[in-house]
Amino acid sequence: MTQIISDSGFELPKEAINYSAWGNIIAGNVAIDIPSDADLNLLSGDLNRFKIIRINFPTFADGRGFTIAKLIRIRGYKGHIRATGYIIPDQYAMARRSGFDDVEISRSLAKRQTESEWLFRANWREHDYQKRVGFLR
Amino acid sequence: MSNNHTGKVITANDLLNGDVVYINSQLKWALRLSDAKVFIDDASFEKALTHANKQQNEVVGIYSININLSETGIAPNHFREKFRNNGPSNYNHGKQSEVL
Amino acid sequence: MYNYSEFDDAFIKERNYQFRNQVKRRVNGDLTEDEFKPLRLMNGLYLQLHAYMLRVAIPYGTLNSSQMNKLAMIADRWDKGYGHFTTRQNIQFNWPKLTDVPDILDALAEVKMHAIQTSGNTIRNVTADHFSGAAADEVEDPRPYAELIRQWSTDHPEFQFLPRKFKVSVTGSKNDRAVIHAHDIGLRVLHNDGKIGFQVIVGGGLGRTPMIGKVINSFLPEQDLLPYLEAIVSVWNILGRRDNKYKSRIKITVHEHGIEKIREIVDERFAEIKRSFSGVNKELFSEIKSAFLPSLLKLQGIGDFEFAYENDALFRSWVDTNTHKHKSSNYIIASISLKNHGETPGDATSDQMRMIADIAQRYSHDEIRISHEQNIILPHVHKSDLTQVFSLLKSVNLNTANIGLISDIIACPGMDYCALATARSIPIAQEIAMRFDDLKLEHKIGHIQIKISGCINACGHHHVGHIGILGLDRAGEENYQITLGGSATEATAIGERAGPGFSASTIVPAIEKIILFYLKVRLGEYESFIQTYRRLGLEPFKKILYPSVSKSF
Repeated sequence: MTQIISDSGFELPKEAINYSAWGNIIAGNVAIDIPSDADLNLLSGDLNRFKIIRINFPTFADGRGFTIAKLIRIRGYKGHIRATGYIIPDQYAMARRSGFDDVEISRSLAKRQTESEWLFRANWREHDYQKRVGFLR
Repeated sequence: MSNNHTGKVITANDLLNGDVVYINSQLKWALRLSDAKVFIDDASFEKALTHANKQQNEVVGIYSININLSETGIAPNHFREKFRNNGPSNYNHGKQSEVL
Repeated sequence: MYNYSEFDDAFIKERNYQFRNQVKRRVNGDLTEDEFKPLRLMNGLYLQLHAYMLRVAIPYGTLNSSQMNKLAMIADRWDKGYGHFTTRQNIQFNWPKLTDVPDILDALAEVKMHAIQTSGNTIRNVTADHFSGAAADEVEDPRPYAELIRQWSTDHPEFQFLPRKFKVSVTGSKNDRAVIHAHDIGLRVLHNDGKIGFQVIVGGGLGRTPMIGKVINSFLPEQDLLPYLEAIVSVWNILGRRDNKYKSRIKITVHEHGIEKIREIVDERFAEIKRSFSGVNKELFSEIKSAFLPSLLKLQGIGDFEFAYENDALFRSWVDTNTHKHKSSNYIIASISLKNHGETPGDATSDQMRMIADIAQRYSHDEIRISHEQNIILPHVHKSDLTQVFSLLKSVNLNTANIGLISDIIACPGMDYCALATARSIPIAQEIAMRFDDLKLEHKIGHIQIKISGCINACGHHHVGHIGILGLDRAGEENYQITLGGSATEATAIGERAGPGFSASTIVPAIEKIILFYLKVRLGEYESFIQTYRRLGLEPFKKILYPSVSKSF
């Protein structure tokens, strides 16, 4: 079981989602996993056929997921984007501003990075320099 | 018989104030190289290193250095560790200036 | 200069609050060192050889007297009474304690300073021509754009965990004093057909594999600056290698894919990103621009300047070496050398900092610059005040007349401080300076740039020194390699390796040999070292350094 984190903190567990793997998209599946080294040009068709796109962070030092999410949004994706993997609370605002809707981490990571630490960084709409200089959110 | 031994000491930096420290025979962190425990055999070295790696809330950057133990005391083999034990050469700062 | 708005103040307050909390979580174990390290790096805090090191940002190398005074206070209260000015126009404190750093950051915030993104795999301090807004040869002050880039890159959600660090530099003059060809992105502000735009250079860098940047866009219109930069960094964030940290920088990405391919990809990305950009807020930019407008300049005669110049040999010598032409004829740009013979290049004591602050407030329109050459600039000194400035500098031992001369050495901290270093650099700099002072040859030699790095990361910029010295570890001994013919001007050049390295005791005699040879073969005193080198090439210098080897050719 994993822990989903949103602006209001730790979410109660919901139904498990069956994600298609990047290289093996099952027809009709509306959930897909994207790895951090995905070449988005290889993904054909309109992304909006997926209800949820989950982007992986193999280590918190790998910041490609933020750019991938941003690009998906710029290209018109309106669905749900979730960040998963090794993410720390200090990256929450980065995730929300890049276009992620929420973050998913393992239970063991959640034990150390407690809810209060995530909530401490939940004010992602404030102090937004990029918006200040003209980038749309 | 020669009193020269080669061996290893375990070193790190103190988490809170950054001081160079060395693990001593009580497996605690000492400021002076002369108080460092010299490891000659692998078993006690590995045991101490494992212990040191658990002390992530006291120190950072744990590693071992090769030293030479003689009548004059413990001397690091490499010049980097000599500087690290001494202090910078341009000011009287660091360990060389401290009364430990 | 730019003054922080409420937004900037609030941002820093929040940021410092976050960092204080991160330190607390580190100390109580909620954050491992692996997790804490990128966070402390993002706030400029390194762990070095003997202690922590805090690198404070000085955006585009510009600060005022109250900021300089605060740096002096921090040096006294939380460090050992001095600071080190760097080759990226920042200041470093070598001895802070981790638990004091949140307080230091709060003290910095009081004067609108910070240590944000001076380290880590993020976009670093944007550097600029240290004569910006003052030099006679400037087309446009690049600093309003540097400030815009600073804001855009601060806490950028996508770019806090890049493949590696990313460095940007800007200039507004054809005479490049910002080394734009050796940065990840270099920008030159231009006019074209009455419009403002930028020449954009990408993929320059020193270090293990030095490379000169390539032009990715020869004229980028002013309004496209931020989305275009965003496109470059976005492309590199995805393409930059993460498997090998020695191949991560954008210079390698450009080298591996070719500039044409990179330009193509960036243009595609730029077209997409532009859709998410509404244009820089006109009010914001006009606020920024007006903050950099030349201050009201004194309209009066130049007082005793000419008399002193004619009659005071010490003053004249200092003016000849340490001043530069200002765009306003009654003003002058004065450089304060932090290269006293035998002292540490780039270091200033807290007393010296306070004097510089006082002089700047009274005589330089309250403005100070830090140059990448590790000296301090007073950009707007009225000529009638110059004798007084000189006298005050003398009182704190800051009057050395050696800007651009052989003792004006650029040197990284090296193994005296830096955990990455392979050899010491400071003692070599000290010895060279003292040697040529003893020989009384400095003024005869004229303009020459020696740059020293204590490891292959080249923070001393040795690749672009006329003489570069690289300190390595060879068989457990410090060993120094010489490169020749580098240049950090707009004619950027990477120095050529002369041959096998020299020991710590033979490197200074080797430098002496090179210099004496130069003095022998130059075409008169007006041919500078670098000009002689360009004329003769590496071979004759090699023969001087390695006489026995050359016999076998």
